[in-house]
Amino acid sequence: MKILRELGEFIKMAGGMFRKPENSKMYWKQFMLQCNDIGIGSLGIICIISVFIGAVSTLQTAYQLVSPIIPKTTIAQIVRDTVILEFAPTLSCIVLCGVVGSKIASELGNMRVSEQIDALEIMGINTKGYLVLPKILAGLVTIPLLIMLAMVLGIWGGRLAGTAAGIIDPSIFDTGLVMAFKAYNVYFALIKSFVFAFIITAVPAFYGYNVKGGALEIGHSSTRAVVVSCVLLLLADYILSALLL
Amino acid sequence: MIEIKNLKKSFDDKAVLKGVDVVFDEGKCNLIIGSSGSGKTVLMKCMVGLIKPSSGSVLYDGDDFVSMNDVEKKNIREKIGMLFQGGALFDSQTVEQNVMFPLDMFTSDKYSKKKERVKQVLERVQLKEDAYRKFPSEISGGMQKRVALARAIVLNPKYLFCDEPNSGLDPQTSMVIDKLIQEITQEYNITTIINTHDMNSVMEIGDHITYMHQGEKEWEGNNKEIILSENQKLNDFIFASEFLKDAKRMRTIQETGEIPKDMPAGVKDAIEEKLNVDLDGDGHIGNPSKNKPSSKE
Repeated sequence: MKILRELGEFIKMAGGMFRKPENSKMYWKQFMLQCNDIGIGSLGIICIISVFIGAVSTLQTAYQLVSPIIPKTTIAQIVRDTVILEFAPTLSCIVLCGVVGSKIASELGNMRVSEQIDALEIMGINTKGYLVLPKILAGLVTIPLLIMLAMVLGIWGGRLAGTAAGIIDPSIFDTGLVMAFKAYNVYFALIKSFVFAFIITAVPAFYGYNVKGGALEIGHSSTRAVVVSCVLLLLADYILSALLL
Repeated sequence: MIEIKNLKKSFDDKAVLKGVDVVFDEGKCNLIIGSSGSGKTVLMKCMVGLIKPSSGSVLYDGDDFVSMNDVEKKNIREKIGMLFQGGALFDSQTVEQNVMFPLDMFTSDKYSKKKERVKQVLERVQLKEDAYRKFPSEISGGMQKRVALARAIVLNPKYLFCDEPNSGLDPQTSMVIDKLIQEITQEYNITTIINTHDMNSVMEIGDHITYMHQGEKEWEGNNKEIILSENQKLNDFIFASEFLKDAKRMRTIQETGEIPKDMPAGVKDAIEEKLNVDLDGDGHIGNPSKNKPSSKE
């Protein structure tokens, strides 16, 4: 029952976002600000986790492929496909749920509790359009870019770790990378990243925007936003994989 | 002018407003007073459209705000300025940016003109220039209220709403904020509605006072009439204030020449010492522990 009520409220909020802006210049400014917050703000953590994920997947793949009849290029192929298909989009987005999601929920929650949203409403501003929509759009623009960067850095991290550990020669790794490469995997990852970007921004925005109470409730809504968006993200990952692969 | 007609609001089964009728005049400080839970905040939120009333109407110069569509409501809201209890300043913006925000959003003026207007209103609320580039967290509560007031009046509103403008402020700063609101109201001929339970404000700037009790309008009048009111519920509310109790006691002393029984010992002793008279006939002037004999002895 609660899920249905929340879904209804979410649809209502989404419907309220699309109205003519009071001042397009201010909305654009807000959008750029959010692109900076979400995109540039998450760049560091995405770089770090991508490199390490790639590195760990190379080491673990090499550890499991002990048979001499399996060529070493296979390590590169496995690292490439797992990073592109799963690690870069899904793992990065789960981290982004925590980083971006909690920020959005607590920022909007604090604005709600300290009456800043009411102040905007009284000025005659459509707060859903001005505060929520730019966050979602900024997520849809920057998160797929971050995922693409994560793919590149993940594979580079794998190559680096393989070379540093003496597991695989860089030239063999490069050869493996282009063997049996399917461009569709990248498209699939990008489709996933758009869906995940929507979940990462819209769900916390919903919980933050609708906070009632004080500091304690802001904390609760922030936690709930991260948990719900993580679960939805994994569910979407399964559904997309089942439908598109 | 704002006219409220038979305004009702219930949350689930609990009636918070039970049919309020009141008229708020132009160019006056209209105060809504009442104890916590009396419905004054809900009344104000219904008036500005943050809460939808269950029934009744809110007329802004004759136009019913409750039955308006979104575009019409937006047009009215552009004429409203509101000072929130906590200031509601945008944390991520400086004082100057906060005040400039409504101008950025609703005007197409050049930056220099907007900056000039911001400077003008910030000077009007007596804020020094060195605070302009500070963030709300870096200034005091009184300054935050002044910035919020400057933001509320920057677009020359026709209606100004102030929710507990003195909460969390010291008496001196409260008086400055009250005076500012009063001056601005008269200067721009604004319809100002102030939600308060600060009796200093009531006596200082209450051109028109509405007393709310359990969701109903219990009394209305001005700051000259309130102290003489015979309404028992209103008296219970206002004479809970020491300041007004003192005013009432002084009136009793003036009229009867006797010290009221509820006069606090410290105040009574101070008056006795000042006048060097044993007013209560206890054989002492001032504090008995000092053992000072009375002049009668």
